[in-house]
This record gives sequence, structure tokens and C-alpha cells, in this order.
Amino acid sequence: MVFKQKLFTLLILVVATAKIATAQDVDLFKSQDEQDKKDKLNSTDYITATFKTTRMVNGQSIENVGEGIMDVKVSHRFGTISQGAYGLWGLDAATMRIGLDYGITNRLMVGVGRTNGGLFDGFAKYRLLRQSTGKVNMPVSVSLAGGTIWRTQKDPSLNHYSDRFNFSGQVLIARKFNDFLSLQAVPTIIHYNSVANSTLSNDYYSVGIGGRLRLTKRVNLTAEYYPQFTKREGSTNSFSVGFDIETGGHVFQFHFTNSTGMDDRSFIEETTDKWNSAKGVHFGFNIARVFKIVEPKAVKM
Amino acid sequence: MKKTILALSISALFATSAMAQQKVYSTKTGQISFDATGSCAEAIKAVNNQVDSKLVDKTGQMVVSVLIKSFKFANALMEDHFNENYMESTKFPKADFKGFITNVATVNFAKDGSYPVTAKGKLTIDGREKEMTFNGTAIIEKGKLTIKSNFNVPLNDFIRGSYIGTQISAEAKASLNCKYE
Repeated sequence: MVFKQKLFTLLILVVATAKIATAQDVDLFKSQDEQDKKDKLNSTDYITATFKTTRMVNGQSIENVGEGIMDVKVSHRFGTISQGAYGLWGLDAATMRIGLDYGITNRLMVGVGRTNGGLFDGFAKYRLLRQSTGKVNMPVSVSLAGGTIWRTQKDPSLNHYSDRFNFSGQVLIARKFNDFLSLQAVPTIIHYNSVANSTLSNDYYSVGIGGRLRLTKRVNLTAEYYPQFTKREGSTNSFSVGFDIETGGHVFQFHFTNSTGMDDRSFIEETTDKWNSAKGVHFGFNIARVFKIVEPKAVKM
Repeated sequence: MKKTILALSISALFATSAMAQQKVYSTKTGQISFDATGSCAEAIKAVNNQVDSKLVDKTGQMVVSVLIKSFKFANALMEDHFNENYMESTKFPKADFKGFITNVATVNFAKDGSYPVTAKGKLTIDGREKEMTFNGTAIIEKGKLTIKSNFNVPLNDFIRGSYIGTQISAEAKASLNCKYE
């Protein structure tokens, strides 16, 4: 009787212990894998670095400068390459623009610049929509850009001071298709406060088409074309093709273009050269260097 | 009959008390920071305050999971390059550690104190994995667990990119600080 009881008790305890050992073994590795899969579906991944810098070649790109960061832009456009070795393929005749871009917030940036010849330009660019995948699926990034161009050179043909101003308005629509290809379309309006005579329009419409093809981790092939829908008399459409080379803090852009202007009005509406010969092609470059001005609040080291 | 009931209730008690002993500690707000400055003039430092970690006290099983895009740098461009050029964050959104605290039996989770611990397991970054051993400290304070560890990550074993070994240090110095619930 006693033996039977003891056996019975032992049996209960063995069963109970065995139950404990198998029932509660949590497998964190499996639950983490399941968690990761769920997170991937529930999170939104915002696409970054559609292009390497805030300009395609001459025109704006969908990219903004980060908050608190200053981007110094130095651009040169040279004479035509038809000048050959004697004129160092155009290097003797240079147009230069120096500009400063600044990120006020991660969505809003502003910039000012001056081209030699007394031409000032200023703009603001705002990120409206960001391309993303995951929970929020946005196929494109959309930004709005608006600018002012101010000619300060002495010009006796101008009647009013306001004649010296142009305005630009753009909607930038871009998509990063994959790590190699990004494309953007930029419907643009350029407004002239004053035109030569009353038969000419003050507003000119164009759609910029730009893109980049990534060749290596740090080198892109870029191209930009701005066909005008309402062509300004005497002008040709701007087309540029070149390379972007990125280092730690610099982006170097080297390209061939038929435009010598570096602000929206000048390169879109005032290009006169044609790509059909060396007499119309110019070599040019942009150098962009970023500096951190304000440390973002979110980061506490 | 009485003795049967007694035996059954004792084993039931045994069972429930044993179940209560195994605890899963977890946190979603752990912190990992690293410094990978090599010869670069600007500091290469970032911090991630959304580290997801779980630990089973009985077995010492531990996971640490981080979302790469949650690493915040002081310089937004550096953060872009980190994600785009080095970590391939779109392809591999997370990095994780899956392993065991090998000497978990020496940690008395019920008693306040500081216990040196060693974790051994698989570290996966940028899709590449490596078996690694980490030393740290488990601190029990008022019944709450905190794990701290300073460790080095040999970057060439995980990521590819320019400047590793020059401007970027070949070994990143990192530290983990997780307060569990």
C-alpha cells in the first residue's frame, strides 16, 4: 500500500516535471524572425538618394539639402569646344555661378546664387511627397520649386525696375526605379516681367526630363533635357549629359551642354546654341560641398 | 484518495511555480551607439534608440534586433551614405544578434547586483553573418534587468565600401545599453 502510494506520487511528479520542461520553452529566434516579417509589412520605407545632389545638371533635382546643412555650389560653363586646343576647348571663356543652398528643415530648402554679369537667382524648394514602399505606398516623390531671377546689369532698354525680374515655378516629379535608374519630370513655367513687344508672351512652358544611371557606387551618368512647349523666339532647347562623381563631402558634376546659363530662366529660355556641331557644345562642371551648420535636435550623442 | 489528491495538488503547485520562474525580458527602446572614425576629420558616430531585444532568463537565449535606418547621425549626408553606400538598408533593413548568454546560471535575477556575462552567437549585418562572443554586464536593480556591453565590430567581415580602413576605422567601437521590462 505504502509502496503503491509512493510510486503513484513519483509518477505524478515525473509527469508534472515533464510537462514543465516541454510546455514553456520560448524560442526567441523563431519569434524574432516572425516579428521581422511583420515589421517589414507594417513599416514604411522612404526612398532616399534618388539623385546624388540637388541639381540634375543645370536644373533642380528632387533632392533637398538636409536640415541645418549648407551646400556651397560653384559652377562653370565654358566656351564652345570648337575652340580646340588653342582656346583649351572653351576654357578661356568661362561663365561662373557661385551659390549657397541651405536646408531649413528636411522638407524645405532655400538657395541664392550669383552668375557673373550681375545675375542673381534665389529659390525655395519644398518636398511635398516622398516615394515610399511598405505600409504607405507612394510611387513617386513630388517637390515644388519657385524662384526669382534678378538682372542687375545696367540696361538702358529697360523701362521699369521690375523689368529686371523673372520668376520660375516648377513641379518636380521623380521616381527611383531601382539602385541604378532614377528619372524625373519637371513641368516648368518661366515668367518674364517684360518682353520685347506686345505680341510675345510673358509666360513660357516646358517640361524638363532628367535622369541618372548609376555606373559605380560613386559615379552616375546623368542627362537633362528641357523641351519648351511655348518656345521663346530665338532660343533652342537645353540638353546636357555628363557624370556625377561623389566623394565623402563633395559631388563633382562634369558635363557637356548647349546652355551657358546656370539659373532656370537662362538655361531653359535663353539657350541659343545647338548640339548639331562642336560650335554649340560647351564643357561645364558643378562642384557641391556640404557643411553642417546646425546640429539636428534629434541626435544626442 | 486523500493522498492522491495531495500528490496531485503538490505536482500542480510544482508545475505552476516552475512556469512562473521562466521570464522573457524585453525592450523596444534599447540603445546601441558606435564610433567608426578612422582618419576622417569628421566624427563617424551614430546612435540608435530603438533597439529591440529579448532575453529568456532560464535558458539565456537572447536576441538583439536593430533597424538600420534608425541609426541617427549628426550629419544627414553621412547618414545617407551609411544607408546607401555601406549598409544597403533597403535590401537588409535590420541587423541582429541571435545567441545565448553562456553563463546565465551565474546571474541571480532576483537579487540586486552586477553580474559579468558572456554572450555567444551569430551577428548578422548587411546580410553577412559571423559567430561572435561579447562580454558585458547584467545589472539587476529593484528586480529590473539592464544589460550593458562594449564591443568591437570588425567592419570588413560584414560590409563593403570605400574608405574602410582609412577614413573609416576597420573596427567600429560600439556599445549596447538595454533596460528591459
